[in-house]
Amino acid sequence: MLIRPFGWSEFWIIVMAAQWTIALSAIAFAGGGVGGLFIALARVSDSRWPRLLATGFIRIFQGTPLLMQLFLVFFGMNILGFAINPWLAAAVALTLHASAFLGEIWRGCIEAVPPGQREAATALGLRYYNRMRYILLPQASRVAVAPTVGFLVQLIKGTSLAAIIGFTELTRQGQIINNATFSPFMVFGTVAAVYFVLCWPLSVLARRMETRFSRPTAR
Amino acid sequence: MYNFNFEPVLAGLDQLLIGAWLTIQLSCAAMILGLIVSVLCAAGKTSGVVPLRWIIDAYIEIIRNTPFLVQIFFIFFGLPSLGLRLTPNGAALLALVVNFGAYGTEIIRAGIESIQKGQVEAGTALGLSKLQIFRYIIMKPALRTVYPALTSQFIYLMLTSSVVSAISADDLAAAGNDLQSATFASFEVYIVITLMYLAMSVGFSAIFSIIEKAAFKYPLSR
Repeated sequence: MLIRPFGWSEFWIIVMAAQWTIALSAIAFAGGGVGGLFIALARVSDSRWPRLLATGFIRIFQGTPLLMQLFLVFFGMNILGFAINPWLAAAVALTLHASAFLGEIWRGCIEAVPPGQREAATALGLRYYNRMRYILLPQASRVAVAPTVGFLVQLIKGTSLAAIIGFTELTRQGQIINNATFSPFMVFGTVAAVYFVLCWPLSVLARRMETRFSRPTAR
Repeated sequence: MYNFNFEPVLAGLDQLLIGAWLTIQLSCAAMILGLIVSVLCAAGKTSGVVPLRWIIDAYIEIIRNTPFLVQIFFIFFGLPSLGLRLTPNGAALLALVVNFGAYGTEIIRAGIESIQKGQVEAGTALGLSKLQIFRYIIMKPALRTVYPALTSQFIYLMLTSSVVSAISADDLAAAGNDLQSATFASFEVYIVITLMYLAMSVGFSAIFSIIEKAAFKYPLSR
């Protein structure tokens, strides 16, 4: 096979592959946002079973490698009778992963709301839904923004593992181009630079918000 | 309906246990070397020498904002063109050390900065020697402050280390890949491996919390 040089067109192919990384991150983040909210609510629930289940779910996903989670979903879907589809497997695995991590982050944020708020809401006769919707979650979300953006950086980096199960996103595209051009220094340097451009602004944003929101709430 | 077949996995269990031991060795080696990098970088960052601080900041930001998989590809495939040729295991260890170093630096720096100047001055006023001040006034409380962050970083490192199987370095995930391609019992193999990783992270957390209770049980006075 002819080895072609690493030029502008190869550079652009890699940069354009970032759209799949962004798409996968967006799906996992959106799905994980919904799942994470349920996990967080179950985790702070008054009844025992939802709390135990949510704790178990979080423990499993935080105590095992993301790569294994991807493999299990990938091969597990096959067992359940779905055709092997790296795109779907990566989306499902990363969504579950994000649900567990966001659930744990948001649990901390809900618990950070002073208990008096909850007691006052109950005393005013607010039921669970209204208490959460109007009293606890709005206050928790203020604290939650910074760590959530921080986790988004983790998630974007995590999507690179989808390359191992064969989904062609940024890292996999880099591997493909590297096989054709055999200039790994340039290829993986470019891939790393694209991830950096995606992640660094978010990291800076998360840090800024952390210092801003760590100031005490006005009372 | 799918029939689960754990027999080939159990037959290859010794292979997986060796893999698990390799993962533990790799993680511990990376942690120790990574801690040395972290301490040096944290010292460099707090030293106030400007170009040094910039270089360390750039290192931390680059590592924290790129995926580990890309870092290890860069080290394993990219560095040979600069004349640095590494075995898969060597590249895996180097990548983990470089990666841990970036996260560790921030943790150690936070620990050093948590010691107030007045405490060191109080130590001097009490006539403690330099070594005693370092040991009892700086190191012990600083370690206590950073201990939880360091231990969870270690567990994260151990889980991340599964990615080194992508460059065919030896570890638990790689042992799993081998067994999987020999037996075709993919799902069963990965279920068992995932449980082994879970057991290792739970086990290490338990060990770390026992150490924490034993080593840092003196009271905090504020």
